[in-house]
Amino acid sequence: MAVPDVATATVDEGFWTRNRKVGAALLALGVLAAVLFGALATDRQARFTLSETEGGAALEINGTIGAILFGVIATAAGGALLAGVPKRWFTLVLGVGLVAFVLSFLCWQVSAAPEGRNFMPMVNIVRGTFILALPLVFGALAGVLCERSGVVNVAIEGQLLMGAFSGALFGSLFNSVWVGLVAAAIGGAFISLLLAVFAIRYLVDQVVMGVVLNLLAVGITGFLYERLMQTNAEKYNSAPRFTNWEIPLLKDIPVIGPALFRGNLFLYVGLLLVLVIHLALFRTRWGLRTRSVGEHPTAADTLGVKVLGLRYRNVLLAGVVAGIGGASYTLALYTFTKNMIGGKGFIALAALIFGRWSPTGALLAALFFGFADQLATYLGAIGSSIPSQFLAMLPYLATILAVAGLVGRVRAPAADGKPYIKG
Amino acid sequence: MEPGEIHALLGENGAGKSTLMNVLYGLYQPDEGEILVDGKPLKLKGPSDAIAAGIGMVHQHFMLVPVFTVAENIMLGAEQVKGGIVGFLDRRRARREVAEVSERYNLRVDPDAVIEDLPVGIQQRVEIVKALTRDVDLLILDEPTAVLTPQETEELLAVMRSLKAAGKSIVFITHKLGEVKAIADRITVIRRGKTVGTASPEASRDELAALMVGRSVKLTVEKQPATPGKPILQVSGLVVDDDRQVRAVDGVDLTVHAGEVLGVAGVQGNGQTELIEAIMGLRPTLAGTVTLDGQPIHGWSTKKVLHAGVGYVPEDRSVDGLVKEFSVAENLVLDIYDRPPFGKGLALKPDAIARSAKERIEQFDVRTPSADAAVGTLSGGNQQKVIVARELSRPLKLFIAAQPTRGVDVGSIEFIHSRVIRERDAGTAVMVVSSELDEVIGLADRIAVMYRGRIIGLVGPDTPREEIGLLMAGITPDAAGATPTGGAAGGPDAGTPAPTPESPGNEDKA
Repeated sequence: MAVPDVATATVDEGFWTRNRKVGAALLALGVLAAVLFGALATDRQARFTLSETEGGAALEINGTIGAILFGVIATAAGGALLAGVPKRWFTLVLGVGLVAFVLSFLCWQVSAAPEGRNFMPMVNIVRGTFILALPLVFGALAGVLCERSGVVNVAIEGQLLMGAFSGALFGSLFNSVWVGLVAAAIGGAFISLLLAVFAIRYLVDQVVMGVVLNLLAVGITGFLYERLMQTNAEKYNSAPRFTNWEIPLLKDIPVIGPALFRGNLFLYVGLLLVLVIHLALFRTRWGLRTRSVGEHPTAADTLGVKVLGLRYRNVLLAGVVAGIGGASYTLALYTFTKNMIGGKGFIALAALIFGRWSPTGALLAALFFGFADQLATYLGAIGSSIPSQFLAMLPYLATILAVAGLVGRVRAPAADGKPYIKG
Repeated sequence: MEPGEIHALLGENGAGKSTLMNVLYGLYQPDEGEILVDGKPLKLKGPSDAIAAGIGMVHQHFMLVPVFTVAENIMLGAEQVKGGIVGFLDRRRARREVAEVSERYNLRVDPDAVIEDLPVGIQQRVEIVKALTRDVDLLILDEPTAVLTPQETEELLAVMRSLKAAGKSIVFITHKLGEVKAIADRITVIRRGKTVGTASPEASRDELAALMVGRSVKLTVEKQPATPGKPILQVSGLVVDDDRQVRAVDGVDLTVHAGEVLGVAGVQGNGQTELIEAIMGLRPTLAGTVTLDGQPIHGWSTKKVLHAGVGYVPEDRSVDGLVKEFSVAENLVLDIYDRPPFGKGLALKPDAIARSAKERIEQFDVRTPSADAAVGTLSGGNQQKVIVARELSRPLKLFIAAQPTRGVDVGSIEFIHSRVIRERDAGTAVMVVSSELDEVIGLADRIAVMYRGRIIGLVGPDTPREEIGLLMAGITPDAAGATPTGGAAGGPDAGTPAPTPESPGNEDKA
């Protein structure tokens, strides 16, 4: 007997693997940065201030030199990918290249800003990034909880909005932030309950149900806002707010300290939740069962895991998380206004996908989106020649590229969106 | 059931074996009747009750989460945890447990391997280990050999013997007679949801087969010798990837002549599906050529291929063959609805469709309440006849049938087989792909065996099934006689490994 040789590869994959294509794109970006940004940058210093005052410590670099230097680094990273690096280095090299590209761009922009404004306050940028990213973090975590157990959560927007509304309403009525917080969690869970009952019990299409729930949330909160809050804002829409809590020691770290550790409750809870949910999902019994139900519910059922019960529980939990996220608006920053979430729930959905259904990935994606948002604001403030709309567009372009499979394969839980019917 | 007994549950596809066992495992609730364990009636509300009662099951379609590791799959539902209410997984203990059970029953598995990377035989082993770690006394194996090569089947039977020696009882569900005779202590035959008899393993195959189907069946297909004409389908150097971008067809050369049946045998998942789909234009070809009657057709759309005179019975009729919600009449014209006399311009001609449907239903003996009944309400056999009727209603040069009788009752099998032979005798080139070796042997004039995306051997229909079985496992005889390019090879030759006549891997299907 002879076992025949079954070696494969009769067709050449070709030189242009996906990694090489990405490398070539990065190379082109790097060259563009070095040449174009280098040429446009002025000879003045680009200052990146590290303290909260303009005059404090700062990193400085000559605009032209900086733009060219970082452009060259991006080019080198692109070249390395093109030449072929080991797989485990890919993400790191790509990350270095992209960061260098952004820095090159900033050197140009900052050095070209009008006199007196040619500095970038890093503390504000980092703080702004986190503030803008926070609702996305809560929303995306709600998505993780739902979708890892196999229920598509398009209703994040509605859950955030309902949380914001009930937080504001009950916070005002009882004049207590804590009552507001609990009410916000219940408000989010209420939308989740509707999603769970219709998706799990009555097998309604989950995406359609999510869209309907978003409209429902806009309708209910809009109606009550006009009837109650607009007529008597004093009574119904003047919730107390969580004050900023400073964390000893940590608050003194340069840049990070003032930006992150002098924030409000929601910032801390959000970051903590990322860690907790990540650990829970991958290290605990609950996490293993949740993931099994999202991947292969029949298999989980045959082992005695209660598929539907687990799904109900996770969807409700997602509502609680998103509700608290909604309260991060009304119990910390603003008074409630009609439709105040303004699509952030959908961006959270994008962050969820961009972050590959993992809590830490979702955090990074949310921060990326938040940074782009913050950068657009900043560039507007220094009178940049680049229309801020282009920058605002960038995160979504990145999401489309990511979902199209450019940055590694994005794979949803196998049973995501599929109702489980016994038998 | 007695302790340490292997009890075979024998029955045709759809006889109710799996349903019965799913009830026993608590997945379905019984409408009537009760289950007795150790003389006490048992009420099973769910699989966890069954597991608690010492019943474990290995399902026909594995119940494994593909992206989990072996250890994760095994601990799921019975996790060892630490840290109290938080419930952190104790992976080290799970790994140790897997290692222990593997050691004790000689079932080697790597606890850290990811399921989707493992071959089917190993996945099944994981399933068995999973059941054993739950300390079961009764193990239900539902059609465990359907996806295995003959050699893997042998290994499985050895495992079953060692479990039996360890005092475990096993219910072994199958429709393959040889395996039953090789291993069972007692046999219960089920037909149409009823126990029709019990037998001892000494009973002859014919007796068992008769019990299973309820009447004597022809085990062979009647046909005259083929009169092959010119080559119709020529495939050369074909390379195709599967959905995961893994090479599925790896340089296949094939020729099918007019007036002959080429059977393609092989264990499921060795590239047969992708080969057919590539020929039909359903899947891109990466290299190689496909010609139909001298005309290159690779890269054509499926519609163009169909209209060039190719009939196609897809392997999964409910997904690819029919629109279940559509009526029988509509399904019968899915391929030519846009051509006269069934359609003109933007409009369909309901009268012409109804008239032709009536004819087809009669010709092909489709048992349906009416031509307007939704095709999904028909039995599997009748659904399959609808597809065959549709595909054989065009003038054909080539007829491709993939798993033409899977999940089909015996009566319909005979009918479909005779239709295939009639099409061959009319001068059409026919290609039959089946994982049922008997079907291939019965129908084919030449047999190509596929293994890991290649044609590993091309043999005649009178080749001993043992030899074909070995080919299906990727083992070629040392001597010439089954080279990939050789024509119709004759009988056994000197290099053939000695076959064991009752080897259970080489199966009789009733």
